[in-house]
Amino acid sequence: MLDVFAQTGAAGFEQFLLLGLVMGSLYALIALGYTMVYGIIELINFAHGDLFMLGGFLAWQLAWTLGVRTLDASSTGAVVGAVALMLVTAPLACAALNVATDRVIYRPLRSAPKLTVIVSAIGVSFVFMNVGSLWLGTSPVKFPDLVPDANLVTAAGVRFTWKDLMVVGVTVPTMVALTLFVKFTPLGKAMRATAQNPTAAKLMGINVDRVIAVTFAIGGSLAGVAAVVNGLYNKSVHYQMGFQNGLYAFTAAVLGGIGNIPGAVLGGLVIGVVGELSKAYLGTKWSEAVVFTILIVILVFRPSGLLGARTREKV
Amino acid sequence: MSLLRYWPPVLFAALAAYPFLPVADVIRGQQFTILFVYAILALALNVVLGYTGLLHLGMAAYFGIGAYTVGILSVPFFPFQQSFVVSALAGVLAAAAVGVATTAPVLRLRGDYLALVTLGFGLIVQYLIRNLDPITEGTKGLNPIEPGPVPGFAGTDMSAARLNSDWGTKWYDYPYLYFVALGLLVLTTLFLRNLERSRLGRAWVALREDELAATCMGLNPARLKIAAIAVGAGLAGLAGALYALALHTTGNPSFYDFNLSMIMVCCVILGGLGNRSGVLLGVLLLMGFDRIAVNILDNEIQDALGSSAKEYMKVSAWKLMIFGVVLILMMRFRPEGLLPEARVRRELHDADAKAG
Repeated sequence: MLDVFAQTGAAGFEQFLLLGLVMGSLYALIALGYTMVYGIIELINFAHGDLFMLGGFLAWQLAWTLGVRTLDASSTGAVVGAVALMLVTAPLACAALNVATDRVIYRPLRSAPKLTVIVSAIGVSFVFMNVGSLWLGTSPVKFPDLVPDANLVTAAGVRFTWKDLMVVGVTVPTMVALTLFVKFTPLGKAMRATAQNPTAAKLMGINVDRVIAVTFAIGGSLAGVAAVVNGLYNKSVHYQMGFQNGLYAFTAAVLGGIGNIPGAVLGGLVIGVVGELSKAYLGTKWSEAVVFTILIVILVFRPSGLLGARTREKV
Repeated sequence: MSLLRYWPPVLFAALAAYPFLPVADVIRGQQFTILFVYAILALALNVVLGYTGLLHLGMAAYFGIGAYTVGILSVPFFPFQQSFVVSALAGVLAAAAVGVATTAPVLRLRGDYLALVTLGFGLIVQYLIRNLDPITEGTKGLNPIEPGPVPGFAGTDMSAARLNSDWGTKWYDYPYLYFVALGLLVLTTLFLRNLERSRLGRAWVALREDELAATCMGLNPARLKIAAIAVGAGLAGLAGALYALALHTTGNPSFYDFNLSMIMVCCVILGGLGNRSGVLLGVLLLMGFDRIAVNILDNEIQDALGSSAKEYMKVSAWKLMIFGVVLILMMRFRPEGLLPEARVRRELHDADAKAG
């Protein structure tokens, strides 16, 4: 598919590709939250996108309360401090909220049929959305423009700004840290064990409830990071933004192979690139349709996703 | 209990009498008409989700296909201008055909994956409706939908039959349409009542309960699922056709969005998965709250507080919160719904006993 676009030879292809990779790393951060929760308790967490939205609102509130509203009116130190504070507070708050939701709402339903849990997740999503609309109203709110737009690359035809650098600079280390955590720490090992077989993990002495709580905490904090980065990058927050971003991220998770961490990252990048390229070459209004068509095609021809292992149906 | 069991016919009778009562109100009657349409849509979803157990998150797509088929076949902009009977029939067939064509390739997917594919399908149809504006008029909607005369009644002045001066002059004005919608809802209920007890209906339930066991007993899951989608999508198309007629326009593409699919799932689950009366109750409570009660309460609050009423004091500002909390509490304490089907209730309570 990428070849087809390349052959059109339109100027700016590299630019759209770059933009797609930047957006894609954002989707990947949200997708990780979906895929980790699904990997462990097989729940499509419909509220995850709305958690991301609440994180964005919290970051907005912080900047607003601190009085850091534009780049020009504040000193560099204040801006860096505010962004750093956002990057600490929003993930912590999102993690706490996600863990609390799991503890109060999903945990009592652990042995209930899947549909029951999915419907409660939809309920949680409604509640979060309502909190958002009561918080900042129903129209889009301008997010403080705190990262400069200056171009960093001198090569012709490509723009790579401080904003792009910020997205990559925050998302890539986060994903690397997550991968190392899951691969090399005892808790990460317990997580992988629980994802494989919760009963066996329990028999081996793993505290499954704690592992699930940690998973929700990590997923929530990744959503919080993504929310701050998204606010600074797109300069606007809206109470329904969790829906679209959540769906894109979920598509990314499925595309990569749901439950698979590198898969979610790859899926996020592919969705970002496909989304931006289709925006550029087919028009903005068609990009969503293209993304969801890809979701369906992938599910039909390779339900386990790009990197997911082919598993036999458990009977 | 026996009275409770027979409440739907009583309710239908009361609704049939409503336009003749002195309290009847045009606006309220139109709102009821829309409620009947949603009830048909929820019953359609119940065939797919309740009987057959396929989590379908894109029902609004079939609803939209029904509505837009009627729109295309009846607005003056296009050269067809068919009567409502013809265009509604076309809407039903189009929705069923699209349902079968799009779901047949993905039926081997199970559970969550099927839910995702149907979700994606619903979104794609919504974007198509929005983006193909040369045909669908985008956000303006196809209007005015003025279907020709009912076959057999050509030339008859339907307005002569009205009992009330505000009953409108065209046959599809309130309350003619009110009775058409109510009549079709009753017919749908009767149709599903018989279908439930038929070979097909029992096979669906067997499939829902245990696909492997059902297959071993000689049932063909693929054919049964396609049949469920065809019936469900067709009924959803019928609901869409009525909807376009009731609004006199196909309205905005956002009328056929993911939220509608989601709220329908909530209606079916809140009322009682697989139980017709339960689904009717779910629609009555959720959609009745959403479309009617919220407005009434908002007006009351506005009247009581006057200009001091802030945005957050309105019920409509809390609507999603109320929906969400109701869903969460239901799933926690009564996952089988308000009026559960006997089999579903047993299943869920067995699960409780095992866990407990």
